[in-house]
Amino acid sequence: MKRSFTRKVTNVAALALSVGATGVGLFFLGAILWTLLKNGLAGMSPHLFTQMTPPPGSAGGLLNAIFGSAVMTVIGIAVGAPLGVLAGTYLAEYGGNSKLAAVIRFVNDVLLSAPSIIIGLFVYQIVVVPMGHFSAIAGALALAVIAIPVTVRTTEDMLRLVPQGMKDASTALGAYPWRTTLSVIYPAARSGILTGLLLAIARVSGETAPLLFTALNNQFWSRDLNAPMANLPVVIYQFAQSPYPEWQQLAWSGALLITLTILTLSIFARIVVSALQPSSRT
Amino acid sequence: MFRGATLTAAVLVLVLLGGVTIALLKGAWPALSHFKLEFLTRQIWNPVTEKFGALAPIYGTLVTSLIAMAVAIPLSFGISIFLTELCPAWLKRPVGVAVELLAAVPSIIFGIWGMFVFAPVLQRHVQPWLIDHLGPLPGVGLLFQGPPFGIGILTASLVLAIMVLPFIASVMRDVFETIPDVLRESAYGLGATTWEVIWKVVLPYSRTGVVGGIMLGLGRALGETMAVTFVIGNAHRVSSSLLAPGTTISASIANEFTEAVGDLYTSSLIALGVLLFLITFVVISVARLMLRRLDRKALSSA
Repeated sequence: MKRSFTRKVTNVAALALSVGATGVGLFFLGAILWTLLKNGLAGMSPHLFTQMTPPPGSAGGLLNAIFGSAVMTVIGIAVGAPLGVLAGTYLAEYGGNSKLAAVIRFVNDVLLSAPSIIIGLFVYQIVVVPMGHFSAIAGALALAVIAIPVTVRTTEDMLRLVPQGMKDASTALGAYPWRTTLSVIYPAARSGILTGLLLAIARVSGETAPLLFTALNNQFWSRDLNAPMANLPVVIYQFAQSPYPEWQQLAWSGALLITLTILTLSIFARIVVSALQPSSRT
Repeated sequence: MFRGATLTAAVLVLVLLGGVTIALLKGAWPALSHFKLEFLTRQIWNPVTEKFGALAPIYGTLVTSLIAMAVAIPLSFGISIFLTELCPAWLKRPVGVAVELLAAVPSIIFGIWGMFVFAPVLQRHVQPWLIDHLGPLPGVGLLFQGPPFGIGILTASLVLAIMVLPFIASVMRDVFETIPDVLRESAYGLGATTWEVIWKVVLPYSRTGVVGGIMLGLGRALGETMAVTFVIGNAHRVSSSLLAPGTTISASIANEFTEAVGDLYTSSLIALGVLLFLITFVVISVARLMLRRLDRKALSSA
């Protein structure tokens, strides 16, 4: 009798604690989003998208930083994603259970969770040092290196969802493996690969540490890939730590912009995945 | 041809890892050959006299990560239990997505939130209490000495804990979901309470995966840069008090790299990067090996 009572009490207490833990997690997500909205919306105005980052003590916008972030993200994804998709294709279609594929999978997983600041130092060593100066192209390369493991992983996972029957049917019609991959597997896994790209963009667009040593920052409008270029994360980093209220306000608005972009991308990617999964099961 | 192209891209992944190792070692060589092993054991960090030792950043990295894990592990265990065992079906998806969104928030956002919102709250409401009530205690009191700065080791640890929380929670949830329902049902059939099912059936069965998830979170905490840089105070000092400002490997690099003048200074910062790479490489490898074994187990039992 007494024993069953202790068991019940332990049970209720443990379950209450687990509900509490979930509450704590959700509370912090709420707290962060609320602060971002409150402080970020205060600075939302058309100027944000039409004016350059200002000198200390005067008003301005984030146009050059938004532009720079977009340019470097696009180049980074354009370089990294095709390589990642190809490597993922190898792992899913050719590598199989070979030793090489196992090693590549393992190394890719390690790179996926490696600290991004290390990638920044790496690109600094191989691009910035030989060139002699910081540049947008170095920043884009750092982002590409970060995007590769993400796309390798999602591509492999998504290609494996394509039913074997479809591949067999294509082979039975006399198609070479490359033809099967290009004309059957890729179209069938299209939305899955697209999800991988969205996740890679989401991952890359918030990266700050690697850009600090590669693209640095630029207070002015620059389209020169061979020169330092402004970008949202580094602008947020520098402006938030400054003593000027105008700069801090811009940092909050930039933070809100980045977070909204990334959360939208992640939610969108999730919708694509859940739309994909029922169809792949049938 | 096409196969060759995919193979080349796949091998490029290996080349990347090799390239990172070689490039970092090359950059760190001047500092490592100049200071030798003293680099690891000295606390001094003086750009003027060009004397650099990594003790304070190493200490800060380990301490902040350990405290973060101590806070985050129980919380994420609770969240994953809630999601797999307790949560009504209609709530599962929204809460699961919310946890994953917390994981998607970029680290710089945690950084500015930590600096402008979290640190002042700690400074005003939590740290004075810690100093008054735990400070006078013998032993433990050493951890809570000095004025409440707001920023410092403790604040950085807590921000890190919030950051790694969703990563550990979602791995644990995935691991718990691989457990065959038959196992749970047979335990319930014997009259076990929900907690007993979790503690005596679910957890032992999924131990490897849970530890793997924890190690993955640890790897993140060790290498996390922006969130820590804002709230740690960047002081190259080893102090016993958790309320004092300190530094971590990644925060030192982020804070000082672009301002570093002189080859030895830059090289010392890259040497810090090599240390970080080594530590995280080991931790992440262990994590991935443990999670990999789990994948295989899940596959063979399916």
